[in-house]
Amino acid sequence: MTNLVFAELSNGKLRKTSHEVVAYSCKLGPTTAVAIGQADAGELEKLGAYGVTKVLHVNDQRLNNVFSKAYTKILVEAAAMVGADTILLSHNSAGKSIAPRVAVRWNASLYPGVNSLPENGSIRKAVFSGKAFADLTLGEGLKVITLNPNSYKPEITGGSATIEALTINVADADFDYTVLSIEDESGGHIPLPEAEIVVSGGRGLKGPENWGIIEDLAGALGAATACSRPVADIGWRPHHEHVGQTGITIKPTLYIAVGISGAIQHLAGVNQSKVIVVINKDPEAPFFKAADYGIVGDAFEVLPKITEAVKKLKSEG
Amino acid sequence: MKLLVCISKAPDTTSKIAFTDGNTKFSEAGVQFIINPYDEWYALVRALELKETLGGTVTVINAGKADSEQIIRKALALGADDAVRIDLDPADAYQVAANIAAYAKTEQFDIILTGKETIDYNGGVVGGMLAEMLDLPYVSMSSKLDVDGTTIKIEREMEGVKETVQVKTPCVISAQKGMAEARIPNMRGILASKTKPVKVINPDVTVVKAGVKVFALPAEKTGCKMISPDDAAQLVGMLHNDAKVI
Ligand SMILES: Cc1cc2nc3c(=O)[nH]c(=O)nc-3n(C[C@H](O)[C@H](O)[C@H](O)COP(=O)(O)OP(=O)(O)OC[C@H]3O[C@@H](n4cnc5c(N)ncnc54)[C@H](O)[C@@H]3O)c2cc1C
Repeated sequence: MTNLVFAELSNGKLRKTSHEVVAYSCKLGPTTAVAIGQADAGELEKLGAYGVTKVLHVNDQRLNNVFSKAYTKILVEAAAMVGADTILLSHNSAGKSIAPRVAVRWNASLYPGVNSLPENGSIRKAVFSGKAFADLTLGEGLKVITLNPNSYKPEITGGSATIEALTINVADADFDYTVLSIEDESGGHIPLPEAEIVVSGGRGLKGPENWGIIEDLAGALGAATACSRPVADIGWRPHHEHVGQTGITIKPTLYIAVGISGAIQHLAGVNQSKVIVVINKDPEAPFFKAADYGIVGDAFEVLPKITEAVKKLKSEG
Repeated sequence: MKLLVCISKAPDTTSKIAFTDGNTKFSEAGVQFIINPYDEWYALVRALELKETLGGTVTVINAGKADSEQIIRKALALGADDAVRIDLDPADAYQVAANIAAYAKTEQFDIILTGKETIDYNGGVVGGMLAEMLDLPYVSMSSKLDVDGTTIKIEREMEGVKETVQVKTPCVISAQKGMAEARIPNMRGILASKTKPVKVINPDVTVVKAGVKVFALPAEKTGCKMISPDDAAQLVGMLHNDAKVI
C-alpha cells in the first residue's frame, strides 16, 4: 500500500482524529500526509513522530473550513502526484463528507468507518449500531478508508517529516456553499465524539441544577459530558450532548452513566465504549447488563465520593 | 419544489441481531423493519413540510427488493406523492448511490435528501457519493433547513461546532436530529397511500466495490462487577489498576 492520508486541521491545530488516522496509515504502509488550510507553527511537524516523511500543505485560508468538493480535488490530485493507491481519512464529520466524493471521483472502493487494521484480506467495521461487526472484502484496486474516531491508539515511532507547500488551483465552483457563521459549542472542551472519557447523566438526576456533580467528576477526569435523550429534549442539557440512536454515537475508552436506565436506543450510541460504568439506584436497570462496573446507589451520594477519589489519585500522580 | 428523499429499510432498533448462511446474511426472522430513522424523521418530514409551505412534490426512492413495499407505503402514508423502487438487494453504498444517481439524472430535483447514516450499515456516505455523481454541492450533518427561492440556509452540527451555511439549489443534503419532528401517518394518509404510484425500475449498476465477506457478533460482556455504594471510592482504583482506563 502507498498511502495518502488527510490530516484535518481545526483552528490551525491537528485534530485528535488526525493523529489517529495518520498513525494508522503509517502502520499500513509508506504515507504522505495532506493538510489543508492554515496551520500553527510547528503543528504539521508533529506528524513525523508517526512515520510520515512528507506533509503536503495547501496553505490557503479560503480552505480553513472543510468544503467536500474543494478538498476532494486536492486529495485526488495529491494522490496522483505521490502515486498513492489508498487514501485515508477519519470517519468524523469532515471525513464523512469528503471520502464518498473522493471514492467516486477516484473510482475507488470505499471502506467507511473501519475500526481496526486489515486482517486476512478484509477490514472490520461496526454495523447495526454497534450490535455487530462486518468484515469488508478488501479488493485489489484503489481504496478509500475512513477510520472511526477513538478506534486506533496512535503509536509514536519517532522520525521527522518535511513540510512541502502544495498549490492546487481551487476555483469558486469548488466550494459547495458559503459559510455564514460558525459557533463554537464546545465551551473550550474536547468535542464529545473525540473524548476518551465521558460522564453522562440521565433523568435520574432530577433537574439541570443537579448537574454540578456530573461536571465535577468530568472535570476531575478530564472528561466530556453527555446526556440521555429526554434530558436534552426537556432542555436540561444542550442537545449536542445527546447520545444514542437519535443523537450521536460515541466510542470512548470509559463511559460513566449516571441515572440512566439503559434503554436500547441509548445503548445504540454508547455500546462500543471499551469500559462502561453504571450508577443507578434501581438494581433492575437494564444498563447493568451492558456494564463492566456497576454501583446500585443514589447518584447524589455516590458521585461525590468517586470525584474525591479521582482527585486523590490524580494528586498522587 | 421538486424534492427527492432517499429512504432505506432498516431493522427496528430493538431487533435481535443474528446472522445465517455462515454469518454472511442478516437473519430477518422475526425482525420488524422500519424506514431508517434519520431518513424518515428528519429528511422526509422536512421535505413534506417544505412541500406544504412552498408547494411542489416529494418523491421517495429506495434501493430494495419487493419486501421494501411496506416502508415505501409508510412514506406515502406520511405524505410523499410517489415512489421509485430500484429492484436491487444492495451489497454496498456505491450500488445504492450509483442507481439513485442514474434515476435522479432523468429528473430535475431541487433538493435530494438523505439521512445522516443508516442504522444497519452505519456508513453515512450515500449522500456524498450522490453529490459527486451528480456534480452537486453537498451539505452533510444538517440539523436545520430553510428555503428562500433557490437559496437554502442550513445549520450543520459537527464536533463541537455549529456552522450556518448558504447553498444554492440543486443540491444534496444529509439530515440529522433537529431538522424536523417525527410524524405519525393519519387514516387519510394511509388510505391514500394504497393508490399512490410506485414505479419499479431495474438497476443500472450491479458492481460490488466493498461488499461484506462475513458478519460477527461482539463478545458478550462477561458480567458486571458490582461495587457497594459505601465503597464507591474503590471504583477509581479498579478503573486505574485493573481496567487501566484512567
Ligand atoms: C425511537 C426512539 C429513539 C430514541 N433515541 C434515544 C437516544 O438517542 N438516546 C437516548 O438516551 N434515548 C433515546 N430514546 C429514549 C429511550 O428509550 C429512553 O426513554 C431514554 O434513554 C431514557 O432516558 P433516561 O435513562 O435518562 O431516563 P429514565 O428511563 O427515566 O431513567 C432514569 C434512571 O435513573 C435512575 N435514577 C433515578 N434517581 C436516581 C438517583 N438518585 N441515583 C441514581 N439513579 C437514579 C432510575 O432508576 C432510572 O433507571 C429513544 C426512544 C425511542 C422510542
